[in-house]
Amino acid sequence: MIATIKSLLSGAARQCEHWLQQGKRPYAFTCVYLALGTASVFFSPRSLIAFIFFLSTALVVYYLKMDSRFKLALAGFALLVLVPIVGIRNIFYLEVIFQISVFTALALGLNIVVGFAGLLDLGYVAFYAVGAYLWAFFGSQQPYLLHYIPGTAPPGTPFFLPADMFYLFAFLAVIVAAFTGIILGLPVLRLRGDYLAIVTLGFGEVIRVLANNLDKPLNFTNGPQGITPIQRPSLPEPLRNALSAILDPLVQHPVSEGDFYNLYFYLAALFVVVVVIVVATRLDNSKIGRAWTAIREDEMAAVAMGVPLVRMKLLAFAAGASFAGVMGVLFAASRTFVSPESFSFMQSIGVLSMVILGGLGSIPGVILGATVVIILNLQVLMGLSLYLSQLRQSDAVIPIINFAWKNLSTQLDPAKYQRMLFGIILVLMMIYRPAGLIPAERRKRELSTHDPENSGSRSEAAPEPPEDADAPA
Amino acid sequence: MPLLETIGVTKRFGGLVAVAEMDFAIEEGAIYSIIGPNGAGKTTFFNTLTGIYQPDDGRILFEGNSLLGLRPDQINARAIARTFQNIRLFGGMTVSENIRVGMHQRLGQTMLGALLRTRAFLKEEDRALTKAHQMINYVGLQGCADELASNLPYGAQRRIEIARALASEPKLLLLDEPTAGMNPNESREAMLLFQRLRDDLGITILLIEHDMRVVMTISDRITVMDYGQKIAEGLPAEIRSNSRVIEAYLGRGAATENIMVG
Repeated sequence: MIATIKSLLSGAARQCEHWLQQGKRPYAFTCVYLALGTASVFFSPRSLIAFIFFLSTALVVYYLKMDSRFKLALAGFALLVLVPIVGIRNIFYLEVIFQISVFTALALGLNIVVGFAGLLDLGYVAFYAVGAYLWAFFGSQQPYLLHYIPGTAPPGTPFFLPADMFYLFAFLAVIVAAFTGIILGLPVLRLRGDYLAIVTLGFGEVIRVLANNLDKPLNFTNGPQGITPIQRPSLPEPLRNALSAILDPLVQHPVSEGDFYNLYFYLAALFVVVVVIVVATRLDNSKIGRAWTAIREDEMAAVAMGVPLVRMKLLAFAAGASFAGVMGVLFAASRTFVSPESFSFMQSIGVLSMVILGGLGSIPGVILGATVVIILNLQVLMGLSLYLSQLRQSDAVIPIINFAWKNLSTQLDPAKYQRMLFGIILVLMMIYRPAGLIPAERRKRELSTHDPENSGSRSEAAPEPPEDADAPA
Repeated sequence: MPLLETIGVTKRFGGLVAVAEMDFAIEEGAIYSIIGPNGAGKTTFFNTLTGIYQPDDGRILFEGNSLLGLRPDQINARAIARTFQNIRLFGGMTVSENIRVGMHQRLGQTMLGALLRTRAFLKEEDRALTKAHQMINYVGLQGCADELASNLPYGAQRRIEIARALASEPKLLLLDEPTAGMNPNESREAMLLFQRLRDDLGITILLIEHDMRVVMTISDRITVMDYGQKIAEGLPAEIRSNSRVIEAYLGRGAATENIMVG
């Protein structure tokens, strides 16, 4: 019964899709979808459903068959025009999209190391910390405070560097983080799998603990209190005025400087994400990408085929780390504050879960993974626990069993189960979609080719080759 | 001068001497075989030749230059390629990609070129694709360029592994039990392929093989190993009647009866 309904439904869905993919229909559908999404967010700026509806346009654009130039133009229009307008109207959305961009770049960087080259890195957030502390140190008063105990900084200390050095440091962070990646890479070259994971985990902790404790003997990081204020690059006055002229009437109030900065950092993060996507795609489609995949599949065969293991592994570490480095600088400037808390082990795991949830090695998958995890954490689960705690304070009763929410013991407070729900979602995903939301092209083929004839003849024609005692261990 | 020459190559694992003072030489354009019972040290010998193991003693000369201290990828760059006893294809990659990995050392691509998609990069990428197709056709697997390597039948996988090794443009090809698990028909085709490799492409071939029919038909010379040592060397006919070889394979009693089958 359920099976028939299921097959009917999937049949209907397939017909729907087939109908949609014909001729000019995808174009019309996408435009209408985007317009509806934008309108719904614009007119009900507090609705989560409207926001998700708006974001899901990206999926529609991804899945429908359209001219890639049209797709690109539409994406550009949505990201550069619609998102700023929607975001300025409700600044929380801009914050969510900013975080999505930051973590997309991080996840794409980690995807190079874990997804492409198969090197499990559990301390990835260390490179993000390196970038963040690089600008936090040079972009604040910290260099003048080396001899002061945290909290005793004299008032009126000038900034060490002009604010616009930010751009130079965003660039420097690429190099410094890549270099850090190589430093981590060198000692772990011989390690694989679990061993590599443990060492990288330790490395991540080392960086965090260093940030926590380097307030003495010389105060480099200001310890657990973190460094603040950190400078933001200056916004050119004409640009501000021009933006004001456009945005003020749309949101019906003058846009504050803080909101302009939010917009600015969103655009900067978006720029980095685009660069990261281009770099990752192009590397993947070259002999470097093939070498990474080969290393992931079989290290010994790869090296015997002429793939220089050391160079390729270090390149993967350096490339992945550099993306995190830039994002670190951006993050430090956007928050004007960094502290060791932002670089905990849970952050590394969070980024890894985005990569795995989205699809190891799949660039669109990883982007979707980052988006889903951020929205889950910032909006869905948060909203759910808010709703539940409201229920607890109201007179509401659970129907049927007639149990008042009020009487729920504090240990069972649903608000505490946010992380558990996230965990359950991850577990279910891994059971039902082990290759991720949008599996990598290769993995898709691997999992979908269940040609019975083919696999039959393979098992038939493949008796175990004689096991030589001197086979390489 | 032989193409490859080893002098006194020794490899120990703890107390076990896997390869003991191996003197070996192969002439350019020849097909040689190494045979011997399981555990005789044949694959270890291959591994020392390809840099996967460094020998504890001895010298390895390829075209007169020492190979000692070189990494496997550097040895591959010197035009020695190999296949593995238990097929080691990149299962999650397509056949064409597998072969293009084999071209790694021969592709003039730089990272900057890849990032900027320069004309030189695209040309090299094009060359790689064309060459991969040629190789696939050469080993007789037309039309499976975009199949995942792991989805192909066993015999085809063996051929792809050879094609992948060929993609690195080797002068010397080391084949580790290339016909293991093949039926007589398949191994006959494989033999024809090896002969074509030598005759068309001028590639020198060194085989480890158990199938005596293949070994005796195809080899110019045969080396026999047992317990890490070379116990015999010579033309197929000489090996066939060598009593030490028969003893190693069939035991002492058999040697006296001389019942080695061809």
